Amino acid sequence: MPAPAQRRIIFQHIDEPGYTNDIGCYVRNGGYEVLKQAVTRKPEELIDEVKKSGLRGRGGAGFPCGVKWGLVDRKSGKPIYLIVNADESEPGTFKDRYIMHQDPHQLIEGTMISCFANNVRQAYIYIRGEMPHGARILEKAIAEARAANFVGPNILGTNYSCEIFVHRGAGAYICGEETGLIESLEGKRANPRIKPPYFPAVLGLYQCPTIVNNVETLCHVKYIAQHGGAEYAKIGTPGNTGTRIFCVSGHVQRPGYYEFPAGTITMGQLLNDVCGGPLPGRTFKAVIPGGSSAKIMRFGERYKGKRKVGTEMVDYDWGVEDVPMDFDSLGMIGTMGGSGGVIVMDDTVNMVEALANINAFYSHESCGQCTPCREGSLWMKKISSRMVHGQARPEDAALLKSVADQIPGRTICAFGEACSWPTQSFIAKFGDEFKQYSETKKTAKPADAVALI
Amino acid sequence: MNLKAETLSKIDEVITHYPVKRSATLPLLHLIQEDIGHLPADTSEWVAAKLELEPINVLEVITFYPMFRQKPIGRRHIKVCRTLSCALVGGYKTCATFEAEFKTHLGEVSPDGEVTVDFVECLASCGTAPVVLIDDELHEKVDVAKAKQLSDQIKAEAKKR
Amino acid sequence: MIATAKPDLVTVNIDGKEIAVPKGTNVIEAARLVNVDVPHYCYHPKLTIVGNCRMCLIEMGMPAVDPATKAPIMDPATGKQKINWIPRPQIGCGTNVSPGLHVRTTTPMVKDAREGVMEFLLINHPLDCPICDQAGECKLQEQATGYGRGYSRFIEDKNVKPKRTQLGPRVTLDDERCILCSRCIRFSKEIAKDDVLGFVDRGSYSTLTCFPGKKLENNYSLNTVDICPVGALTSTDFRFKMRVWFLKQTNAIDTESSVGANTVVWSREGTIYRITPRRNDEVNDTWMADSGRVLFKAVQAPDRLSAVKINGTDSAFDIAINAAAELFKANAGAVAVVGSGRSTVEEQFLTKQLATALKASTHLVSRVGEGDKLLVSADRNPNVRGALVTGLISTLPGVKLVDLGAQIDAGKVKVVVTVGEDLAAAGLNAGQLAKISLIVLGTHAKSMDGGAKVVIPTLTAFEKSGTFVNQQFRIQKFLKAVPPMAGATDDLIVLAKLVGAAGGATIPTEVNALWKTIAAAVPALATTTFANLPETGQLLDATPFSALPFVEGETLHYKPAQPVVAAANA
Repeated sequence: MPAPAQRRIIFQHIDEPGYTNDIGCYVRNGGYEVLKQAVTRKPEELIDEVKKSGLRGRGGAGFPCGVKWGLVDRKSGKPIYLIVNADESEPGTFKDRYIMHQDPHQLIEGTMISCFANNVRQAYIYIRGEMPHGARILEKAIAEARAANFVGPNILGTNYSCEIFVHRGAGAYICGEETGLIESLEGKRANPRIKPPYFPAVLGLYQCPTIVNNVETLCHVKYIAQHGGAEYAKIGTPGNTGTRIFCVSGHVQRPGYYEFPAGTITMGQLLNDVCGGPLPGRTFKAVIPGGSSAKIMRFGERYKGKRKVGTEMVDYDWGVEDVPMDFDSLGMIGTMGGSGGVIVMDDTVNMVEALANINAFYSHESCGQCTPCREGSLWMKKISSRMVHGQARPEDAALLKSVADQIPGRTICAFGEACSWPTQSFIAKFGDEFKQYSETKKTAKPADAVALI
Repeated sequence: MNLKAETLSKIDEVITHYPVKRSATLPLLHLIQEDIGHLPADTSEWVAAKLELEPINVLEVITFYPMFRQKPIGRRHIKVCRTLSCALVGGYKTCATFEAEFKTHLGEVSPDGEVTVDFVECLASCGTAPVVLIDDELHEKVDVAKAKQLSDQIKAEAKKR
Repeated sequence: MIATAKPDLVTVNIDGKEIAVPKGTNVIEAARLVNVDVPHYCYHPKLTIVGNCRMCLIEMGMPAVDPATKAPIMDPATGKQKINWIPRPQIGCGTNVSPGLHVRTTTPMVKDAREGVMEFLLINHPLDCPICDQAGECKLQEQATGYGRGYSRFIEDKNVKPKRTQLGPRVTLDDERCILCSRCIRFSKEIAKDDVLGFVDRGSYSTLTCFPGKKLENNYSLNTVDICPVGALTSTDFRFKMRVWFLKQTNAIDTESSVGANTVVWSREGTIYRITPRRNDEVNDTWMADSGRVLFKAVQAPDRLSAVKINGTDSAFDIAINAAAELFKANAGAVAVVGSGRSTVEEQFLTKQLATALKASTHLVSRVGEGDKLLVSADRNPNVRGALVTGLISTLPGVKLVDLGAQIDAGKVKVVVTVGEDLAAAGLNAGQLAKISLIVLGTHAKSMDGGAKVVIPTLTAFEKSGTFVNQQFRIQKFLKAVPPMAGATDDLIVLAKLVGAAGGATIPTEVNALWKTIAAAVPALATTTFANLPETGQLLDATPFSALPFVEGETLHYKPAQPVVAAANA
């Protein structure tokens, strides 16, 4: 079956010839009309629309946005903060970058609608330090919006005021974790907080109730405010509503970003039809479907089980190519949709080396606060790097798995899972390659072999 | 700490963005680094005094975030992405090319003082890998040939000065 | 059966044992109450909770209820309410009890979690145990016996960090041993209010550091050594001196001020090696000042008095008592007694008896310094309130012995017995001192000892047992840590002999026996016995003294009854 057509609601204007990131262009294309209309409605109505929409967060965890908003402590008497998580850092993910660079007002409008809905008077956009241009573009866009009375005091003649400031990170993946981000925004090391008690919805920024939403998520909110939650929920599939942006990188003919109704496209359609298939003369070997922490899938393996379709339980028997790219299906087969970052590896890749690359990333990014992640991530890196650059032992495969097994579920934040899932899944799917690596190394590599570590 | 008047006024302005002064730690460090090129030894004490903190609070932050540097770098800062998507399409070769072109090693100032090459983690532009951030400018699909071309540009600029 | 809980108590089940614990208690503390040990490193009962070591992971569950009706869901197998166990382990330190909470600490999941954390903590930890001061009291060593692997699977290079950094005058840091629990950082910030410690760098390379150019030199710096669960922070003074398992522990009281911090004196073969704090939640929590930790050095100080002297010449104890008796007889009605706020309650009681037998006036010397609002109060005598309770004095002492000086000048006092006080330092001038015959009981040489008629060496607080009454009117006991120095006599024996020499009744000098006499004579202490005095002390009725203008300001667990300023004006 050929791939469905893209449906660009968030990326509608990305790469559109002549579309510029200034407010004039945005307004010419109907920008801020949704905000104008939203501020005439009751905030609770807007929250209801988001709940009805079934929107799930696009940062990686896929947590329902309406539920997140529903958890906010509105009785504390303290101010409620909204933080835009623009710390796009999960390797393989590069969607928010384009929204902020090319269509910043879409984000600002979505942010202002969300702030109005939640009675937020102060929002911060926490943007990656490595995106200095993005930060400048957002600052300019906010200034334009402020000048046009879309942001700031008494917006659009109402008595509702809300300010947005841009806050730059400085090179720490862990700031993508919402409580780490809050610590960082408070001017500290980005050590994630223990939960309980520090759930952002209750004790977030400055110990006040805080909403942390991903850039793309807030753009979806704008769409929902415009078209209604019910209408939005018609896009995609039940439980996976709206559109999904896939960021494809690695060994395909046409890497890039593609927006589809959620759950309507399979991995095979995405990689073969949309991205043009493998590079000439190569075959697909493995794919990581939701950012580098998601568990890897091996081409050729089968996923079998029962799943719910409507009210029925039906059998499924999928190859990698058959798996629908939605949160639930990917979760069901033991991996995750995560942030939508799809990393493709072909038959030239040695999995020991690929894992060594990933382990180097996570050990570098561990905040170091809690023991299993701090020590485990570096240990896994040391083992896998030694295998590549020093002596590889057949027993290293079992050791790597054992170390990885000691981490998830025991750490302060989800980084424990993020850093151990790659090792667990690489060993589970490509264990032979790890056991035989000492032999593999004896064979000279082709001159054009790509180094991964 | 010898900061430009413009930097000082930006510092005073950015502090007003937050109900708690400590939040301005990262913004201040960015502003100082943009002004001076790195964070000199007295940065922690200066920022601490400005934000009513203890100096150790600032030093903890400076050393946590890799973008903050306590030593001067070359005139241009070349950051090559090391992470998987870029590595899969030749990021390591791209990095080696810059190192060779400027006869330098990672993290060091090149002998001609022109550049510092760093191999950094994911720059979030995996679809156009390998990517390189030169100062604030992102360069996409930087293979060996493009790395050489960018190096030549930098060298040519250096000659002009 | 689940006991009916009091309103402020919640009933929880830990490893099958039901216990009612106060609301707000965390699982580690609740488990302690049923003798279940939950191992931990970063958790400290007196510091904020960070949950970073992950050693206290436990299995946790709540009684199952029907989501709709809230009716309990019963387990047909056991007939009890079903427990919904959370599939992943939770930290005991950060989990507060809630009604019906169930905790399991012995399941495979918990054991596996602890073993995993232990292995991770050890992979980059140096094999320093044979030369590490912490050996014997190292939590890492302790837990390794229960949860260690016994061999290492780690064949990579360990991280290299600074090995011996002087963080300040008293604390040495070995960063390779540090397990990054952050207790010392939290202590410095939260308790000592001296935020100089922090972590630099990131991940496994994070390194404990004192801000360059600053020092960890506050008067509480050694508490970081006490709470360091491993050998990363060590006492520069104690470093490499003695294996802790050779040391005898004796409960004591810090004598440096009226706070009366509870301490432990660590000694071996009559020599004291260190003093550490002993937990008392009503007095000092788990802390003490650095300044109180060096006081033991007085025991073997070069200026220690060790010989009885009469007119400056070596003599014998009995002869000295006889000489005192002669002086008392010859100067009947013209004797004054200078007691001490450093004496124990027992000694003050006997001092009072001596004064009564001699019909002598009694005097006390005040010592005042600046309070630090924590554990060193403005009153630098440990036991002024003991002197009030025993009736040795009825008003607060002055810094100078003005009255006594006047009495000497007027010729009304010709003999002075001083219990440890330096009269010259307390304001008596040379002329006044020349006019009197002086009987000195003391531990260390004083300026006027040479001119004293009789000098009898007595004991430091480390060589005897007794009680002090602290600023809260809490009577606290301490025990003899080391044998008395040769040539020195227990103050109680000296005082009892002097009472006899003054014609008073015979008084027992063994502390337990003496307490019967004290209890009979002092109404405030009528029900107190030395043996039964709780380790955390016993509060006495302070109301008889509520009008007195005590000098102390606020300290950790003490608030002045009335504003200090108002008292000073009164």
